[in-house]
Amino acid sequence: MTTFTEFLNEPIARRALLACLMIGFANGFVSAFVVLKKSALKIGTLSHALLPGIALAVMLFGLTQWSALGGAIFAAMIIGLGSVFLARTSRLDQDTAQGILYTTAFAGGYILLSRMNIRQKLDEWLFGSIVGMSDSDLWIAFGISAFAVLVLTALQRPLLIYLFEPNIAASLGVPVRFLTYALFAVVILVLISSLQAVGCILSVGLLVAPAATVYLFSNNAKTLFWGGGIIGALGSVAAFFLSYPLGWHISSTIIVVLGAMFLVAYIVSPRYGLLAQWRRR
Amino acid sequence: MEVNHQHAHEPHVHHPGCGHQHVCWGAGQEHTHHHRLRVSDISVNYHEVVALEDIHFDTECGRSIALIGPNGAGKSTLLKTLAHLIVPDHGQILWKGQRMQSSSNEIAYLPQRGDVDWNFPITVRGLVEMGRYPNLGWWRPYSRHDGEIVERALAAMELLDLQKRQISALSGGQQQRTFIARALAQEAHVLLLDEPFTGLDKPSQETLHRLFRDLTKEGRLLIASHHDLATVPAIFDDVLLLKRKQLAFGPVSDVLTKERIGNAYAV
Repeated sequence: MTTFTEFLNEPIARRALLACLMIGFANGFVSAFVVLKKSALKIGTLSHALLPGIALAVMLFGLTQWSALGGAIFAAMIIGLGSVFLARTSRLDQDTAQGILYTTAFAGGYILLSRMNIRQKLDEWLFGSIVGMSDSDLWIAFGISAFAVLVLTALQRPLLIYLFEPNIAASLGVPVRFLTYALFAVVILVLISSLQAVGCILSVGLLVAPAATVYLFSNNAKTLFWGGGIIGALGSVAAFFLSYPLGWHISSTIIVVLGAMFLVAYIVSPRYGLLAQWRRR
Repeated sequence: MEVNHQHAHEPHVHHPGCGHQHVCWGAGQEHTHHHRLRVSDISVNYHEVVALEDIHFDTECGRSIALIGPNGAGKSTLLKTLAHLIVPDHGQILWKGQRMQSSSNEIAYLPQRGDVDWNFPITVRGLVEMGRYPNLGWWRPYSRHDGEIVERALAAMELLDLQKRQISALSGGQQQRTFIARALAQEAHVLLLDEPFTGLDKPSQETLHRLFRDLTKEGRLLIASHHDLATVPAIFDDVLLLKRKQLAFGPVSDVLTKERIGNAYAV
């Protein structure tokens, strides 16, 4: 165990721990929105679309954090809006359009990146690299997390009406279109921070599981946001401490821990758990 | 300018919406001054398809109107247009003599119960509190005055005992009443209801029917899509018979003739 304490004294480990806390909280917080909006699948496809954007930006501007970040934002915007456009201008629905666009983009991005001789970086984008974070990465993660929590808290009142029923929201004067775009932007930013932590393949887990777990306990939408943040942070930090002694890949450990927490909630939740349902029968 | 009403009784009680409006709920008295809703030549297209054409009617608060017509006749579209959720391609809606430019807290939209996720984590009271949004906006704190209005809305819809319940633990009738309470909390004059009686059992239908009468008596205008022709005369004052075009509008007994119904529902 001495090696683990030694490891903890390394700046790199402390940065990773801090990143787990911040990214876990922000993603958990935003996961309440994803769960209430029922858009988990959409987020999953969106996260895959980030890869080609990163590839393109790395090709054009060289490999820096900012180019990767910019590329990811660009890709998400283009493909998110592209699927809306494709759906409007053809007889396809948006899900179908997304299914085609995202997989094509992901495959294209993978080919580009794998041709660029940055094998190790590629793995990091696919599966995350929370241990390899620099100070500037950490600042980006902090900025994104603070922004996401701030925006969702400030917009809580109109947001909940919008999530409940968009038509009711519009009839009450909630700016539905503005909310749609603002939240799309927040989700993309948070996705990018989770990209760092768990990579684009696993990021959906971090953006769904925390609030889904709280959803099994609470009937209060606000609890879903803050509880999701806490579960996300707890799960990520726990995974950090588990992964080193066990020798597990940390990103996967984060998702496995969050998945396990959800499973426990699903079984033992006093109101909506499996056991409670059996007992009521 | 609206005519102010003097309350002969209960002079100290604040009636939400009173002073410059005529809806004094809970006062239980009939009002003489009624706002007008005038719809002229509305048409709505979805892409190339005409969803509504040449809708024109004129009514006022204190009445209840049934929208009747076969499936796909445009009942929901008309309700959404009146709620300003859909902007008509042609024609205009005049509310209190003025052209409607945006959604208004005076006009409440109540979707079909089936369109809502009843598992949404919110209580009855939480849903009714949503009606205060037009007054509160994003940040203004929820005041005691808001609380009183919500309380009154819950009481009017006989929901005080259920206010802490999660909305999925309600019967269909209770869910519909929760929707109406939300509209009352909004201080709406006009309630646009999409199939409010659908899927309700007999006692719930009767309760809702009674509450409808109370609401119109208070001086509210109710416009509801409805598919059960047999119950129309008991519940509603007027009928708008619809099949993309407006086939007829007027008092129930004038409009619901065998010939007209045959025309509307003929394949």
